[in-house]
Amino acid sequence: MNFGAALPARVVTNDELSGQVGRTADWIRNVSGIEERRYVGEEGSVVDLAWEAATDCLARAGMEASELGLILVSSGTPARQFPGPASQVAKRLGLDETPAVDIPIASAGGLFAMAMADDMAEKRGPVLVVAAEVMSRIAMREPLEAGISVLFGDGAGACLVHPEEGKARIIGSRMATDGAFAEDLRLEFGAGLAMNGRSVILHASRKLPRVILQVLEEQGVTARDVEVYLMHQANQNLMDRVADAIGVERERFYSNIARYANTSSASMLIAAAEWGKETGFEAGQKVCFAAFGAGYHWGAMLAEGCEG
Amino acid sequence: MDKRAKITEIIETVSKKKAPGPDESLFDSGLLDSFALPDMVSELEAAFGVKIPDSDLNPRKFDTIERIESYLESLQ
Repeated sequence: MNFGAALPARVVTNDELSGQVGRTADWIRNVSGIEERRYVGEEGSVVDLAWEAATDCLARAGMEASELGLILVSSGTPARQFPGPASQVAKRLGLDETPAVDIPIASAGGLFAMAMADDMAEKRGPVLVVAAEVMSRIAMREPLEAGISVLFGDGAGACLVHPEEGKARIIGSRMATDGAFAEDLRLEFGAGLAMNGRSVILHASRKLPRVILQVLEEQGVTARDVEVYLMHQANQNLMDRVADAIGVERERFYSNIARYANTSSASMLIAAAEWGKETGFEAGQKVCFAAFGAGYHWGAMLAEGCEG
Repeated sequence: MDKRAKITEIIETVSKKKAPGPDESLFDSGLLDSFALPDMVSELEAAFGVKIPDSDLNPRKFDTIERIESYLESLQ
């Protein structure tokens, strides 16, 4: 695997948002741990961000788009019902026959796409996973709800799953879905985000530690053997709870939520791109990915560094 | 200690506040926020020796002391 990311240049601080949502900057920081987020401009789109992250990822991998066997694009915030952004991302990459498929499941989409890419890369060739979200257009829809509007930002991440090469390789994963609580986190056409926060946190607090430990146990790895946990950046308190539940220091969970807020399916891949750039994937080093979101969909993945 | 008293004790331990009346909402009163709810559910499991399945993780089942008591009775 190799990673890439793209973040809009425009930084939106809590001070800037406070007047719009009727809360102070301190209130926003205290309830969310978020200091600022990025928003695309009026002309910016999911496809723009996805293309930029894809290009960054391919450049870091030293690969041409023409070598790809498949593209998977995760977004819960596409500009229209269909076609989704995948075909446009492929076109922007200069491709006119490579299959490109949308995965519109929001927060867990990046993780699900990576797991599916791992299953398919052997047969299809290198798979480019892109997760891109313009959450600001959803979060800032009128009527604004302060408790939701301040939580989100825009961004994109990408991951190249190559059957033979890369900085890390996937060694195990689990995906799970339970539609019984689908109404508790949803985005209806033209509406604002509907979220039953108590249900989301209750389920995420129990399902994430469980699935992480299942994946680690299947690979004979303990929670403390893992160098870093790259989790969907939904909420700092949730990441802290998951760390506590699996028995590792909270610092092992990489966090950039203070800078970018919750960028839904893009967040985990942005975190991976940043961590990979800052620290690198040393040979044998274990890295665990995890995500939970609307659906409910959730899962975890264990990878191992391949660099010397 | 009877069941209701034990539930009340758990709520007060988790929330660090005095529990409301048995039919008053633990959420509307601000006693339990989103992050205290999973703590309370885990404490209930430990105290009553039950395993609460994910399919029952509906916050409304845990909204009042009476509802919690009724739910726990349905498990036993």
